[in-house]
Amino acid sequence: MTDLRPGTFTPRPGPAPVGRMLRAQTSFELRLLIRNGEQLLLALVIPIAALIGLSIITLIALPEPRVATVFAGVVVLAVLSTGFTSLAISTAFDRRYAVTKRLIGAGVPRRALLAGKSAAVGCVVAGQVVVLGVIAVLLGWRPTGVTLLALPIIGLGAAVFTGLGLLLGGLLKAELVLALANLLWIVQIALGGVVAPLTSAPGWLATLGAATPAGALSSALHAVLTAGTAPSAASLLVLLAWGVAGWAATLQWFKWQ
Amino acid sequence: MTAAVQVRGLVRRYGPLTAVDGLDLTVEAGTVLALLGPNGAGKTTTVEICEGFARPDAGTVRVLGLDPWSDAATLRPRIGVMLQTAGAHLSARTGEMLRLVAACAADPHDPDWLLDVLGLTSVARTPVRRLSGGQAQRLNLAMALVGRPELLFLDEPTAGLDPQARHLVWNLLRTARADGVSVLLTTHLLDEAEMLADQVVIVDAGAVVAQGTVADLVAGDEHLTFAATGGLDLTRLGDALPDGYLLGEPRPGRYRIDGPITPAMMATVTAWCAQSGILATDLAIGRRGLEDVYLAATGRQVRS
Repeated sequence: MTDLRPGTFTPRPGPAPVGRMLRAQTSFELRLLIRNGEQLLLALVIPIAALIGLSIITLIALPEPRVATVFAGVVVLAVLSTGFTSLAISTAFDRRYAVTKRLIGAGVPRRALLAGKSAAVGCVVAGQVVVLGVIAVLLGWRPTGVTLLALPIIGLGAAVFTGLGLLLGGLLKAELVLALANLLWIVQIALGGVVAPLTSAPGWLATLGAATPAGALSSALHAVLTAGTAPSAASLLVLLAWGVAGWAATLQWFKWQ
Repeated sequence: MTAAVQVRGLVRRYGPLTAVDGLDLTVEAGTVLALLGPNGAGKTTTVEICEGFARPDAGTVRVLGLDPWSDAATLRPRIGVMLQTAGAHLSARTGEMLRLVAACAADPHDPDWLLDVLGLTSVARTPVRRLSGGQAQRLNLAMALVGRPELLFLDEPTAGLDPQARHLVWNLLRTARADGVSVLLTTHLLDEAEMLADQVVIVDAGAVVAQGTVADLVAGDEHLTFAATGGLDLTRLGDALPDGYLLGEPRPGRYRIDGPITPAMMATVTAWCAQSGILATDLAIGRRGLEDVYLAATGRQVRS
């Protein structure tokens, strides 16, 4: 056995700098995600398949060039999957298995815990945008000057979904979160104009869809990426409202056990 | 010196259930206190309140001089916590998980060294979900120790460990104690309490039913027994012994003397045997063990 000389356990406690905790936690979450097939499927495989499939197969009528229309929707899909569904489920199971409690017990401040999870989402979303962007270009999509506007909008969308994902994952039981996060994923894709832009839906449905976070993000991104125009103020306001509400509720009610 | 943990009149209710009901305990700095009690006695609740994971309904709790609920952010980096559920991410590798917890401390132990000490090097790259119960428990202890805490809260630290691992953990905790670490541990193993604890507190139904050092708790109830021919006259022996000894023959030919067992008392008894021509066989000193104290304090009924 390794020798345990006197003084081996002499106390020298203290918290690490918050930056180090955050880096460690973010890289931990990213490594787990890369190893988790299910999450990888949700984050990359499904959006890539959708991007390629919907661009090439012309079963659904879409404004031309198809890839420009599809790309905006697929980015929404990717951000929704990572920021909301995956995050809610993994957070709920972290709570179930006392992982969050373990880290809080090790001195990680509650807000640093939320920040670490958010940073991991940010890294994944950045990766998704790069991969999907490259594939879209290969499929014939041509970015313009306006395209750059999409980056802050995607950032805002990721922040909104992260707030909502943490809220859902931080409030309810793991099984319930698993069911709800997947249900809300499908509902938002259907209502939010993720596949076909909302403009092609009946009036009342378009209004309802535009009020969902995915619908607002989808409308803003379709404006920038498909039409090459500025996003509507309404879509940005809806996103902001969901973001403020989601984060305020998360900071107030997030439970770590 | 401030006590490491001071709990006074602690009450904690969950709905209609009173889990902790006016509990007092003190862990002096640099000592080990073992909290014993049946399932549902309030041990885990008490420890979780000390860790700042739950709020007391009444009473005061001071941990390293701090209020664990309102000063949790200041307190947590100074303590090492071993939860009853491991709190390790099931998909994470053993070493990865320990390194994450180490990264939360200013001056942590080398995680690889600690894995080695706890015999976990061979499973350092194994996902937590594939660890055996004993391995997961050792990882759990490693996570509590890695930040060089001054106070350890260990909820059943050796549950599910084989005897070798248990001795390893005991050795480790004795070293930590000698290095000035204070420890509050819960356990169902009475020998663990006897081996490690400076103070033992036995709780039942949320309140303390017995406490003291192991020596204090098992003191009293000493007796000497021997076998000889039945029906001996014990009067002369009784006269020869100081006051306070109780002599009797509970079964024919079986004798029992209750009272403090001292060398002088032994000499008196054997001298009486020699003078009376009695050959005492099966001569034995009996005293109650911690288990007797525990069962006397908490009853023999099995808890749900």
